[in-house]
Amino acid sequence: MSRLRMIVNDTAVDLDVPESRYLSEVLRKDLQLTGTKIGCNEAECGICSVLVNGTPVVSCVYPAFKAQGARVETIESLSRNGALHPLQQAFLDHGAVQCGICTPGLIMTAKGLVDEKAAAGEPVTEDDIGIALKDTYCRCTGYRSVIRAILQASGQDVPPLLPATQPAGESVGKPVPNLDARAKITGSAQYTDDYRFAGMLHARTKRAGVPHARIRSIDTSAARALDGVHAVLTHEDVPGSNLHGLVINDWPVLCGDKVRYVGDAVAIVAADSEEVAAAALELIEVDYEELPAVVDATEAARADAPLVHEERADGNLLKHIEVNKGDVAAGFAAADVVVDQTYRTPATEHAFLEPECSIGVPAGYNPESFDGSCDPDASRGETAKHDKTTVYVGSQIPYQDRDQTAAALGVEPDSVRIVATLTGGGFGGKEDITGQIHVALLAEATRRPVKMLYSRQESLLVHPKRHATVIRIRTGATRAGKLTAVEATLYGDGGAYASLSEKVLTRATTHAAGPYDVPHVKVDCFAMYTNNAPSGAFRGFGVTQSCFAVESNMDMLAEKLGLDAVEFRRMNALDIGAVTSTGQVLRESVGLQECIDKVDRDMRDGDFCWSWEEGERRFAWGMAVGYKNTGLGGGAPDKASAEVEVWLDPDRGPLAEVRTSSAEMGQGLPAVLAACVAEELGIPFGAVSVLLGDTDYCPDGGPTTASRQTFVSGNAARLAARDVAQQLDAAAGDPSMSLTGKLTHAMESGISALAQHEYWAPETQALGSGGDMHFAFGFCAQAALCEIDMNTGEVHVRKIIAAHDVGRAINPLTLAGQIEGGIVMCIGYALTEHYIQEQGKPWTNVMARYKMPSIQHTPAITSHIVEHNTSTGPYGAKGIGELPSIPTSAAITNAIYRATGVRMRSLPVDQDELLRAIRAGATEVELAWGDLEPIPVVALGGEQ
Amino acid sequence: MTSPPTNCWQNYYTPETVAEAVALLQRYDGQARVIGGGTDLVVEIRRGLHRPVTAMVDASRIAGLDAITEENGYIMMGCGVTHSQIVRNAQIIDRGTCLAESCSVIGGPQVRNVGTLAGNVAHALPAGDGTIGLLALGGEIEVAGIDGTRWMAVEDSFRGPGKSRIDRHREVLTRLRFRPTGMREGSAHHRVMRPQGLCLPIISMAVRLQLDDGNTITETRISMGPVGPVPYLAKPAIEVLVGNTASDELFSKAADVALSSVSLRASKYRASHEYRAQMVRTFLPAILARAVARATTAKAVPKGTGS
Repeated sequence: MSRLRMIVNDTAVDLDVPESRYLSEVLRKDLQLTGTKIGCNEAECGICSVLVNGTPVVSCVYPAFKAQGARVETIESLSRNGALHPLQQAFLDHGAVQCGICTPGLIMTAKGLVDEKAAAGEPVTEDDIGIALKDTYCRCTGYRSVIRAILQASGQDVPPLLPATQPAGESVGKPVPNLDARAKITGSAQYTDDYRFAGMLHARTKRAGVPHARIRSIDTSAARALDGVHAVLTHEDVPGSNLHGLVINDWPVLCGDKVRYVGDAVAIVAADSEEVAAAALELIEVDYEELPAVVDATEAARADAPLVHEERADGNLLKHIEVNKGDVAAGFAAADVVVDQTYRTPATEHAFLEPECSIGVPAGYNPESFDGSCDPDASRGETAKHDKTTVYVGSQIPYQDRDQTAAALGVEPDSVRIVATLTGGGFGGKEDITGQIHVALLAEATRRPVKMLYSRQESLLVHPKRHATVIRIRTGATRAGKLTAVEATLYGDGGAYASLSEKVLTRATTHAAGPYDVPHVKVDCFAMYTNNAPSGAFRGFGVTQSCFAVESNMDMLAEKLGLDAVEFRRMNALDIGAVTSTGQVLRESVGLQECIDKVDRDMRDGDFCWSWEEGERRFAWGMAVGYKNTGLGGGAPDKASAEVEVWLDPDRGPLAEVRTSSAEMGQGLPAVLAACVAEELGIPFGAVSVLLGDTDYCPDGGPTTASRQTFVSGNAARLAARDVAQQLDAAAGDPSMSLTGKLTHAMESGISALAQHEYWAPETQALGSGGDMHFAFGFCAQAALCEIDMNTGEVHVRKIIAAHDVGRAINPLTLAGQIEGGIVMCIGYALTEHYIQEQGKPWTNVMARYKMPSIQHTPAITSHIVEHNTSTGPYGAKGIGELPSIPTSAAITNAIYRATGVRMRSLPVDQDELLRAIRAGATEVELAWGDLEPIPVVALGGEQ
Repeated sequence: MTSPPTNCWQNYYTPETVAEAVALLQRYDGQARVIGGGTDLVVEIRRGLHRPVTAMVDASRIAGLDAITEENGYIMMGCGVTHSQIVRNAQIIDRGTCLAESCSVIGGPQVRNVGTLAGNVAHALPAGDGTIGLLALGGEIEVAGIDGTRWMAVEDSFRGPGKSRIDRHREVLTRLRFRPTGMREGSAHHRVMRPQGLCLPIISMAVRLQLDDGNTITETRISMGPVGPVPYLAKPAIEVLVGNTASDELFSKAADVALSSVSLRASKYRASHEYRAQMVRTFLPAILARAVARATTAKAVPKGTGS
């Protein structure tokens, strides 16, 4: 311990702290300045950036004593006396805040630039921003809004870029920042790791480290004996069910007999500190009998493959999913031209910038027992008493967390409470259980609050990834350009546990003919268990994969037919009256043609050329279209409940709160719900507050997945508000009375101004029934302008023109952010991202080995909104969360083909392989970056 | 999975003089090590790639060693000088252009704001960008230890991949210097990367050359990495160039000779052997041409500050 003296946010601090501290630790732990966030502890993601003597540094690897005597500025210093710093204001205005976990880092890095330029009397340019923020990552926004915000904050007149939308109502259709944006830009927003409960312990998990093995024995005695260790738990200590899962309960809470992937949990430790917990892990002895591992979906299908779950009747087959429409043999007989190609897509990582964190609080917890302060009125948080086992977690599915945790504890679901904290990005990666059950077990075992924060490296190892797939697809068309048949076989690597594989790969299968009117379709998909990391939900949910294959084939067919690629798509695009591959007749809200028209018109504006050369650089446009269901579909009950309470504030007039346990992970749901309630009640948007994700206070909104929340929870909120309004009308007896009058009347009469509405989405039918599998689809078209360096094979996306049919834009500001962010995420899918596993062990074991797009990858984006209202969505809206990240990769590879004559059969594009093909005059590249083996040969026709 | 150690050191010193730094290292007798910006070192320690030490001796805050100066015909950089300082220094942009270019592509801005050229050289990676730039310029480094200080050529400081002849447990790299380019001299650097999860260059190359009035190359240095265990001074290629008139053909020949003088490796997920070779064939002539342009126009415009 030694004295550390610094000026932090204009205040002199003098601390007695260990010299081994990093600056980030001093800020967060010793000074409680938790606005500085930690994303990786590797100096990779940049979200922990602060200013030291005015210069941005990454605080996670900055030795604290290096800052001895220095002036340190954090996000907390920016707003003074309630007035926002121009950067903060600009981030609000431009919707540059989504999940918010990177926002402090982006703002502080930008402040370094803006201050430096101001001091030099120079303007800030977009190039300057690209250089300054190169290593400060954001997974949500796609950076366009960030760039515009910084330009505005530097004093330039840069208004928010809002898409044209249909006329707004009083609240619906108006661009507003998300409700939590202000807390996020000031650093006061609390994510799970920002909570510190009195008496809290720290937990770590013993991971398998081997991909497939039988457990002979587990010896925790040495770990238990270590000073500072409060509990070490194994499978024997799980009182209830030791298996959890979102669809199939096959995932052990703690493994007892066998481990099936390297990230499997074998034991958990709670200790006084993370360091002690980590030391205890080293003392746990697990004796394994290693088993042969199966690490590839096609190999898993072989009869002699090692079995991941021996007890299963179907071997490693998790699910065979089929789509059959018409007669493909007849369809191909009618085709003049056929393209038959096999593609491969990689496993990818969500790389949400907030690693998983859960805090368990035991039933009966009172902070006063640990010298903490207790606020008798607090219903949640560090100062509250807790009468139930409670888990604080940034989760996408609070109620399923609750039910799965309760099952493991062996108690009734309502004996457990989940409190959703702010979530630093999810994208599907926070649907499965990670630490929720573990902290609940440890909290009850120790009778103390227990925090389990995953390191970035552990996060990479453990949570489910996007399915790697091999897709063979055969597409036939007539000479006139009409599609006649699609036949496809997909293999999806489901990894060690079921997670959402069945659902994800069903979506890949049902969307495998693309958003086209195809009379004859046969698709077989084999979801396979392997000893890789489990695969699960990831924005696009299987459709991102099949779209790459579908849209590559479409360009190949167009070329063979001598048709314009856009015209060929237009000729076959789904429209009202068309029948999807699953036999669903589309009756409304099919804006695909308009999306294609808008993109096409923009792309061809001026001296249009599909491709051209400038020296050693080639440029070309590529185009792709996509669609994605809104909601769970397939016959699953799809419902959401919301509660709306209205009251009269003596100063502010009527106020409302809407409560539902759907999740906000940056997508902007609170603002959508508030707009619906405000619109319905006729009160200002600002008069509505939103409480999300506390299972004791909020009714079940269902999972935040499948682009469904705007639709289902938006409807639930709207209808609950309508119910309240009707109650008030009935009580007042005079609908023309003002809301204030009605509320006064209701209060006087003792009538409740609260209603809960359980909204059921239109019924859907199971796959194979031929009925309506989904109640709505979103449609989109995107064109990508790419630049290929013919010397290096490097690919840059220079421009994206996009059009998305969203039904209705509820909040154009957050909608624009969803679209830009989704597009840039899919640029990563095309060009940079691959979660590489070698014999079941991740090569991608550190953030430095997983590059998501940086600000330097973000192209110019023109985004059109198409609004073909749905009759059942709130104000006509349908889902948008996933749609933008579906067609971009194919648009890019189609552009690469047009520029170079080389077709990419796998992702992400490898510049080395591309250059080799260009120089050799080859017409295709089989290997993606990270691939060592050729694409397996896959048969068509449903035989495994 | 093993847990990254969080206590990578117990004591952290920020000495203000070289003597103090050397004395601390002696006192700890091998249990302390020098840290510069720490941007590589800390990450590597956290990943368990180095043994933890008892003490860190921070060389970045020694008085007088945080500036770029001109002394006795040299541009002199103290060990506290960061990449960002170099990238913005007008003298280096103009008269050590390849160093400004090479430092501008290191890491991201936050890393360049803290990381030092001294640390880059002492780290001795086969393709440390700053090192490649300084090597082409004919840079020298000053090392201080218990027996006093000595200057050595940068190329003499490498022992193996990531291994320097400087004993970082007992010695401090205190200063770096090079002779700035003068009349009819120019320099240039280029690096090829990939956008995926690998932070190491596929190839990093720098050249310095001097022309006479007839465009004959009178002096040149070419540095490359990674083409072997340590940053490479491509002497066979240099010999091809010296005494000959600058031309595209000559530069292509130099690239071929440079390639034939090394055994390029394929590195998994990073680059195939053929790709690396192709990048040398493409970009070594290109940076030679750029250096010639700079030598003949006396205009050094570096390629931006950080791509």
